[in-house]
Order: sequence, then structure tokens, then C-alpha cells
Amino acid sequence: MTEQQAGGPGTSTTSRSVLKIDGLVAGYGGGDVLRGVSLEVAEGGITCVVGPNGAGKSTLMAAISGLLRPRLGSMIMDGQDLVGRSPRQILRLGVVQVPQNHSLFRDMTVRENVELGGYILSDRSLTARRLEAVFEVFPQIAGWSGQKAGSLSGGQQRLVEFARALMLEPRLLLLDEPSMGLAPKILRSVFDAIRQINAAGTTILLVEQNARAGLRLSTQGVVMENGRVRLSGTGREVLDNPEIGALYLGGAVSPG
Amino acid sequence: MSALLRTEGVYKSFGGVRALDTCTIEVAEGTVAGLIGPNGSGKTTLFNVITGYNKADAGEVYLADRRITNSAPDKVFALGIGRTFQLTRIFPRLTVMENMLVASQHSRAGARKRAMEQLEFVGIDGYHAALAGTLSYGQRKLLELAYVLVADPAIILLDEPAGGVNLSLVNHIAHRIRELNAAGKTFLIVEHNMEFVMGLCDQVTVLDSGTVVAAGPPDIVRTDRRVLDAYLGEDIEETEDDPAAAEDA
Repeated sequence: MTEQQAGGPGTSTTSRSVLKIDGLVAGYGGGDVLRGVSLEVAEGGITCVVGPNGAGKSTLMAAISGLLRPRLGSMIMDGQDLVGRSPRQILRLGVVQVPQNHSLFRDMTVRENVELGGYILSDRSLTARRLEAVFEVFPQIAGWSGQKAGSLSGGQQRLVEFARALMLEPRLLLLDEPSMGLAPKILRSVFDAIRQINAAGTTILLVEQNARAGLRLSTQGVVMENGRVRLSGTGREVLDNPEIGALYLGGAVSPG
Repeated sequence: MSALLRTEGVYKSFGGVRALDTCTIEVAEGTVAGLIGPNGSGKTTLFNVITGYNKADAGEVYLADRRITNSAPDKVFALGIGRTFQLTRIFPRLTVMENMLVASQHSRAGARKRAMEQLEFVGIDGYHAALAGTLSYGQRKLLELAYVLVADPAIILLDEPAGGVNLSLVNHIAHRIRELNAAGKTFLIVEHNMEFVMGLCDQVTVLDSGTVVAAGPPDIVRTDRRVLDAYLGEDIEETEDDPAAAEDA
């Protein structure tokens, strides 16, 4: 038996969870990609989901943000089930996702891109105040505000995407493989930014292909494989668990 | 065993981004070889260089002892290297049989019979008159395999044959590969499904950042520290300002 329940004894005994996912089943067409995923995202922390290709990490993100409707299970946030809600409703509840692929409008300025993050805000003065707050967290972005987004490096664009997401002051920020396509040298600045966002009070659920860097950064870690949670614990516990290798490379792990 | 397919020090970059760097692999005749590695490690690029879809900036590709570096794709195919693609490439508006006849490239008597035999072998002969575009994703993969088999290549390169297909089809594909291998075909397979790779392959080569970090039998490779490092990623944190490390001290 390799499965451990997230939020079980020894984990997050004091902090409450922002999101509690239970028995989530979801997929595309005839097949299930998620086959009963259960995990908790602790308030104020960084929870990192890692796992080999095809484990279901991005599908999990799509299900949480409402882009994919789960077949079974629940996703409780602040007493409300996200299952069955539209992406827009889920966004309004405070779940904001930064997608895996570059998603800025390249021909618009950095400032315009960041402002777009607040498009569901009806109050223009609120948008202005949020923009100011975001620029306070990322002063470097304020410096680029008049440049076209397409002129920025890949790492810089990532930061702008983070800033855009912060415009809604998310209750839960979803980051889908923020290191994707970035050179190792740039990674550090992106991970520093994630830590900075978290330190400013935002709860983060992170999916990461660089398992070591992602788990090291995070308070909680989850390893998915074949649509299920196979290991969980603190980031460090998961990183040090020898079974993680078997989950990536097959073999020595007992059948789940 | 001699190498049927060999690359020597292949280097390939795209706009300054290094995709392959002194990449040297060998596939022994009559074996099923696996090529694995994390996302972006260069597996598909190596397939593209071998089959002529990308030109190597440096290095060589040999089929048996013949240098085939940077030969055109159709020439590589004619020389005996068959290949499937990660995202299947079929003609959706032709029937399954028409797709097969395109692959056979000539209308000699027996082409249709031979095509049907291959469709039977992969198990989609019942769909021979259907438009290929109506096939499921898994069936398209089988059609691509049948399509490659028509040319009777010496070696078959499969790019993620188990990707995105259901478990029973994965097993079906594995059985077919074993049968073909028993009849003498050599394979080089890129695949993320580790159970599939480790269960099927005689030798596994592991790429990371375009370079071979390990090669050997599955059991050796999967316990290799460098392979685990490749998959789990590089730790980018400095230990001195790392609170988790400080706790351990």
C-alpha cells in the first residue's frame, strides 16, 4: 500500500485547507485520466503536484478551474463544491489559473496585459488600486509596463502572467508547470517570484515537471501517477521518499 | 550483435537552443530498444534527425555500415527505416485501404492483398473501407503501424506508440511488437509509459538535455542515479538560504 491520504496524520494539523478534493474522477472522451484523486490544499501554503507524464497533473488543473467537468467526486472550497460550476463562476470564487503555455498578448503592453487580469472587476478604481498593489509586489514589472509583452524574455513573461493573475487577489492561485520551456538559469527567478507571491499571503497549487525544484519550494507535496495520488506529505518528505523514483521509472513500487 | 542503427555525436540546435548534443546511440540488430527521457530531452528530435526530417548540424547517422546522415525522409524510408509519429499522420479523407496503398507506393498486383494482411495483423482489417478520419486515436496508431509494415523496413521507429491509448490497446500493441521482433524486426521506441518500455525493451537509452546519460538493460537503467536525476529535475535552490535544508542541520 503506497497511497497516503493528503492531510493525514502529521500533515497540516494546524492550518485549514482552502480546497479539499475528494474522489475526483475526470477525463476526456471515453477514458478517465483522474481515477479518484483526493488531496487538500492547505491555506497559506504552496502545494506542489508532481508526477510522470500522463499522471493527470494538467487534467487536475483543468478540473479545478472548471475547464473540464469531473464525472465524480467533489472539490470543496470555502464550503462550496466547485464541481459543476463554470470556469467564470470558479474564477469569481477566487481560483485563478496561470496556464502552461505563454498566454500574454504579445502586441499589447505589459501594463495592458496585467490590467486584463482584472477584466471581471467592474470598478475601474479598484483595477487601478490592484495594479498598484501588484506593481508593489513586482517592482520590476512596473519598469517594463510600457513595453510590448512580446519583447520580454520567456522568464519575464512568466512574471507578467503571475502579475496578471494577482489582479483578482486569488484565494487560490493555480500554476501549471511554470518552469516549462524556461532555461535553468531563468528558473530561479521564476521560483523566487512564486515564493514572493506566497509570502505576500496567496495560497498556491503548483504543478511542476521539475519535481526537485518544485517540492523544495513547497510546504506540501503530492506525487500523482496514473490518475491517482500515490505519495503525499511535506515537500521535503515527498522529495526524500525513495518510492518517488519507482513512480517515475516503474518497477520496484508495489502495484496500487 | 552488430549495430543496425547508430548515431555518432549528433548535434542539433534550433535558433541557438541546443536540442541534441554529441548524441551517440546504438540499436543492435534484432533487438527492441527504448529511448526515454524527460520532456524536451531530444527524443523526437533524434528521431527526426535519423529519418531526415531535421538536418543534423554535426555528427553522423549509420544504417548498418551505410552513412545516411541528412538523407531525405523518403530515401531513409526506402533504405529500410520505417517510422510512426507521436501525432499520427494519415490521410483522413482516404479510406484505410487507400492509406495503405499510398504507403505501398506502387500498384503492383498483390499490393492490396499484402495491405490487407497487415491490417489483419494489427487488427483493423474490418475498417478497410472506412475513411481513415473516422478511426479512433488508437486505431489510427494501428493504421500507422500497418502502413509502416507494408514497406517491410529493417528497423521501425515508434514515437509514443502507447501514448493516449487505452490499456487493452497498449497490451495489443506490445504483443504485436513482440511478434514482429520474434520474426526478426528491430525496433527503436520512444515512450513515456515506463511499464511498456521496461517490459518490452532489451536495451534502454536515456536522454537528458540532448545527451545520453545512461544506456543498458531496463533493470540497470531504472536504478541509475543519473536517470532519476534527469526525471526529477535539477535542484535550482542554493542550500544556504533553504529553510528545509536548515531544519535538517
